[in-house]
Amino acid sequence: MNAEVKVKAPTRAPMVGAEKRLLRHAMMPHMLCPGCGHGIVLDAMLAVLSARYDNLDNVAFVAGIGCSSRIVGYIDACTLHTTHGRPLSFATGLKLARPDLNVIVVTGDGDGVSIGGNHLIHAARRNIDITCVLLNNEIYGMTGGQAAPTTVPGAYTSTTPQGNTQHPFDVSELVKAAGATFVARASSYRPQVVGDIFGQALDHVGFSFLEVMTDCTEYFGRTNRFGDGADMLMSQSRYDPSIDADLASRATVEELTNPQPVRPVLPKGILHRSSRLTLEETLSVSGGRCSSANEIEVLDGDTRRGF
Amino acid sequence: MKLMQGNEACAAGAIAAGCRFFGGYPISPSSEVAEEMAKLLPKNGGVFLQAEDEMASLGAVIGAALGGSKAMTATSGPGFSLMQEHIGYGYLAEIPCVIVDVMRGGPSTGLPTAPSQGDVMQAQWGTHGDRVAIALAPSSVQEVYDLMIQAFSLSESLRTPVIVLMDEVVAHMREGVDLTVPDKASIARRPLPTEPPGVSFEPYRSGDDLVPHVPDFGVGYRFHVTGLMHDERGFPTSNTDVAAALLARLEKKVHLAKDLVAPESYLMDDADIAIVAYGITGRTAKAAVDVLRSKGKKAGLLRPRLLWPVQDEMLKSALANAEVVVVAEMNRGQWVREVERIVAGDTWIYPLLKAGGSMITTDEVVSHALSASDRSSAADGARSSRQDLRIG
Repeated sequence: MNAEVKVKAPTRAPMVGAEKRLLRHAMMPHMLCPGCGHGIVLDAMLAVLSARYDNLDNVAFVAGIGCSSRIVGYIDACTLHTTHGRPLSFATGLKLARPDLNVIVVTGDGDGVSIGGNHLIHAARRNIDITCVLLNNEIYGMTGGQAAPTTVPGAYTSTTPQGNTQHPFDVSELVKAAGATFVARASSYRPQVVGDIFGQALDHVGFSFLEVMTDCTEYFGRTNRFGDGADMLMSQSRYDPSIDADLASRATVEELTNPQPVRPVLPKGILHRSSRLTLEETLSVSGGRCSSANEIEVLDGDTRRGF
Repeated sequence: MKLMQGNEACAAGAIAAGCRFFGGYPISPSSEVAEEMAKLLPKNGGVFLQAEDEMASLGAVIGAALGGSKAMTATSGPGFSLMQEHIGYGYLAEIPCVIVDVMRGGPSTGLPTAPSQGDVMQAQWGTHGDRVAIALAPSSVQEVYDLMIQAFSLSESLRTPVIVLMDEVVAHMREGVDLTVPDKASIARRPLPTEPPGVSFEPYRSGDDLVPHVPDFGVGYRFHVTGLMHDERGFPTSNTDVAAALLARLEKKVHLAKDLVAPESYLMDDADIAIVAYGITGRTAKAAVDVLRSKGKKAGLLRPRLLWPVQDEMLKSALANAEVVVVAEMNRGQWVREVERIVAGDTWIYPLLKAGGSMITTDEVVSHALSASDRSSAADGARSSRQDLRIG
């Protein structure tokens, strides 16, 4: 780890079950399908937040469009459900106006790297001090299972009935190349690891990016005969080099479902960490806040500067 | 007084109104607004962001507005097209923000630095779904400054995006500007919640003023903001009654703007020939009115400063006694449709339309008005007949 990397100190250890008080119960029941990995990630994030905050008054969750983005509505925080692909742009304005807020973006692979890919690489380039969690289920779930720029070659989707022919992004490598100062990948198979890395991402000063591999049972698993949610979770274990050998020795999804497409072994853990000035620091707005619309003094004559 | 360009006056007016966030992307002929804001905002406690594109620009503006800043962006035709989705978002989620569109010749890349008034219909209809726009049209550099202040007032007090439609001539010409704020007390602020945070607090509930008292993020309220149809709690809903009521309230709310922006009315009291024009064309038309008066014709000018929502009652009464109405605009016939819709059957309407990148001249307005007047006296039949004159 780079000795110069700046981190914000966590306040206390995670408390199991305490995350329930951070849920927005009025929004229940949730809309996630049985077996979907997104709820696991939500749970892992809330466990971390519950250890740090009594309430989320000063935490803003910003999301785009898609199944992943819907999970912010279930969090009792300041939550902003934006347009398709653009949550990072909304979050950038919010963070620059209110550097005192902890701004967390939740996006998906279609939202984040297809329609919103430009915003993702620019947020990484600017090193704005926000945390972006991208739930990668390799498919467009909400619209009915169309191929995404993360779908593996050969996969059957509603728009690739003969099998996907396009090469997928390695999302974490893309974000790293764009200049992010914290890049990590985890999977919904290991929620404790998701929580651990999410905590470190929150502590990181600068643009922190966490890609979480999750499973869409309904539109990816079913179409490709990957089994149910438990089967798909188990298959993820094959791709996690840090898990124990016993699980790793079990049959892989591709072995079970031959000749189905092969999901690649992706490196997990913290993939990159470095330090440089954040966008807020370069703009000298770090920590403070832009004047509020209702507190601003109307400037007139000599009180205005620069005319 | 200071000699300045329309685009510079735009930035000055925004700063005077309390704007402290600008997100924008370079595009002619609006770029000077961004350049000026890049200079002024850091000196006045604000933040300037050059975004990666126009979607990001308006997205960042909406984010900053939710954080509590008065925020704006500026663009031109192609960028205005890209911003349409976020204009709709700002309308439905009721986020105050100001969008300046310096109109250039279009469609497509068109004529990047030539004047046009071709985005007038787009300002109202560019977004999918039912949205009612507020759009202001200044006709002088001083008025750019004044209307920017009013744009922020309307946007903050009604919690809705406000569009300022400049044409390239107003944006680039230089005139003296009085930089005082006409009436400080008139600078409206966004309504603050009166109820403390808690489970019973509903951010999107509104009273008789039709404007919800949505708090800023990070001031002790936890709530949800979405571009989905939502109930008064801000939670998504597919209840058709709730969605219909929301659309109806938003429309009614934005229509309040009709009474808040006065048009310029010049020699209209006894006018037989009423010339309707806005933006820089309003300046040309005013000169034409003087020429027509010197020729013994009773001409007058009606220059709306508010293009959307259309002030239908005002138009009806202002044009009630005119024999002929000339509507002059730099496009192939856009706002004239609104005038026709409102006064058709009561009077003759003679559009004077010019698209292609050059201004309508005083001579063109004068000769068109004279010929309209002649044709109107000679004609019989339906008074709603439209006699187009297209130049070029």
